[in-house]
Amino acid sequence: MTLIRLEKISRRYQMGTELVHALREVSVEIQRGEYVAIMGPSGSGKSTLMNLVGCLDSPTSGRYELNGTDVSQMDDNQLAEVRNREIGFVFQTFNLLPRSNALHNVELPLIYGGMGGVERRRTALEALAQVGLADRVHHRPNELSGGQRQRVAVARALVNNPSILLADEPTGNLDSKTGTEIMALFEDLSRKGNTIIVVTHEEEIARHARRILRIRDGLIASDELIGAAAAS
Amino acid sequence: MNFFTELREGLSISFAAIRANKMRAALTTLGIVIGIVTVTLMGTAIEGLNRSFMQSVSTLGADVLYVSRQNWITRSHAEWLLMMKRRPISIDQYRALEKQSPFALAVAPTTEDGMSVKFKNRRSDSVDVIGTTEAYLLTSGVGLMEGRFLTAAEAEGGRPVCVIGSQVATNLFIREPALGSRITVGPRTFEVVGVLETQGSMLGMNSLDNRVIIPLRQFTTWIWNNPDLDIAVKVKNVVELEDAREELRHVMRRIRHVAPGEPDDFSINQQDQFVEMFHRVAGTIGAIGLFITGLSLFVGGIGIMNIMFVSVAERTREIGIRKAIGAKRRTILLQFLIEAASICLLGGLIGLAVAWPVTLVIQKFLPATMSFTIVGIALLVSLVTGVLSGFFPAWRAARMNPVDALRAE
Repeated sequence: MTLIRLEKISRRYQMGTELVHALREVSVEIQRGEYVAIMGPSGSGKSTLMNLVGCLDSPTSGRYELNGTDVSQMDDNQLAEVRNREIGFVFQTFNLLPRSNALHNVELPLIYGGMGGVERRRTALEALAQVGLADRVHHRPNELSGGQRQRVAVARALVNNPSILLADEPTGNLDSKTGTEIMALFEDLSRKGNTIIVVTHEEEIARHARRILRIRDGLIASDELIGAAAAS
Repeated sequence: MNFFTELREGLSISFAAIRANKMRAALTTLGIVIGIVTVTLMGTAIEGLNRSFMQSVSTLGADVLYVSRQNWITRSHAEWLLMMKRRPISIDQYRALEKQSPFALAVAPTTEDGMSVKFKNRRSDSVDVIGTTEAYLLTSGVGLMEGRFLTAAEAEGGRPVCVIGSQVATNLFIREPALGSRITVGPRTFEVVGVLETQGSMLGMNSLDNRVIIPLRQFTTWIWNNPDLDIAVKVKNVVELEDAREELRHVMRRIRHVAPGEPDDFSINQQDQFVEMFHRVAGTIGAIGLFITGLSLFVGGIGIMNIMFVSVAERTREIGIRKAIGAKRRTILLQFLIEAASICLLGGLIGLAVAWPVTLVIQKFLPATMSFTIVGIALLVSLVTGVLSGFFPAWRAARMNPVDALRAE
């Protein structure tokens, strides 16, 4: 089943006097349950693509259907709702709220989704247990290691049962050991049926995925499926 | 999203933010504290002034018309000079008026002079000595603490008796009973037959208790032979005060032989005139005072706005995170509005806590109390200041583009 359908998506920015074509009529489809890596050098347009897929930004032209709904013409508030329901973000710099503990960070999407207190707490605790942090729920981000912070971020991304887990350089700020741990966690989540999109410039990280999209100069340069054996 | 969840979340975020920047919050709050203190004190003082005035004026009585040679309130020097040229109101005119006033419940002539009164070796200076009749009891509405007032027979002549104010009583009599003692007023002595209830003072100036009331006949015999009278006319029905006033004017014109077409050569005063003038003056003073003190609150509000802009800029990334996770514009807006309002409300509460003891000091001069109205208004004003000055920064935060906000350092 098609989860993401991009049709001739373009995104242009005005940078001073110059018009930048970050994406040029990109068309791509991603099915539910896929594990996709988006690769490309900096300035290739991969971040723009991620922002569009994550509904953080709207295309200049083209059509974006997410889960059968056209989201390319939505306004700010509607997009916020879509992000809350459909997308879980994992960022390179974790982007946890520094003054809130792990539990509250994970509860946040549920608060914005309007879930009541008791159920919210239970759901958030479950999500934290799922990433192996059941004993760290009252720690603040600065009391956690990098790997633990990223796990909190993954728990926050998953707590709403989103359609897509969207990770932007998820291992960029981690040492290789914890990076491997996080990728193993993704592997596990993918096996459980989650749709995962990872944006990275590291070939090794991309190799964990089943499909690699390479972006160059705002266009899709290649789109390859890789074997399950190659992922290990 | 549930509004109350949003509100609670907003409150907890803003308290965390205030806790994280205690010094900054304290300094910002100071502006609001000063603003609220000055506004509250000004409001309290104005209210105290009003109350003091109304207490004083109410001794005049709303249903009493005062006929005198002059207006109580003159608008110019020329007007005053003109009124000084008018003929005095004589005792004969008073008697004529009394006979021709069916609308009056009581007509009391009064005349007064300031002098010293003595008892044994004690004296009281600048005492208002008032010559009047038994009707004064009705027109002034004053009560007696002990003894009785003058009788009609005494007013007409007869015995030299007097009624004294409470201040005179405490000044002259220490151990001796006031009633039955003889005090010296001017050239002769008067027997005290009554002591008036304490009345306080007129606008904090001349005390209404520092007075001695003697019969009019005694006054004209021993003090002034041809006094200029003021005549207090208490009307039967306060509802018909305006009709009574008009009738009184006609009677007075007839008595004083004012030709038709000529202007009145006397004035009819009433409490309203005082009240009206006072409200005009007090309104102006109040408006100017509140404007000036309001400026300090305004400056405090600008401080809040400034610090909220800083707060929004500092937390750009946080705003980005919240938006990415699904916070709508309204949620972000509310979060920062609550923060600004909390700071201001805190300032308002501290301001009230500071203003309260100061009010107790003011109470020594004015009957001022910090009323619930003022407390309510002060809190409301600080809340509104917070919301207004927080709105622009909060709006900027709410409209942030999540992509840019997330990229911020």
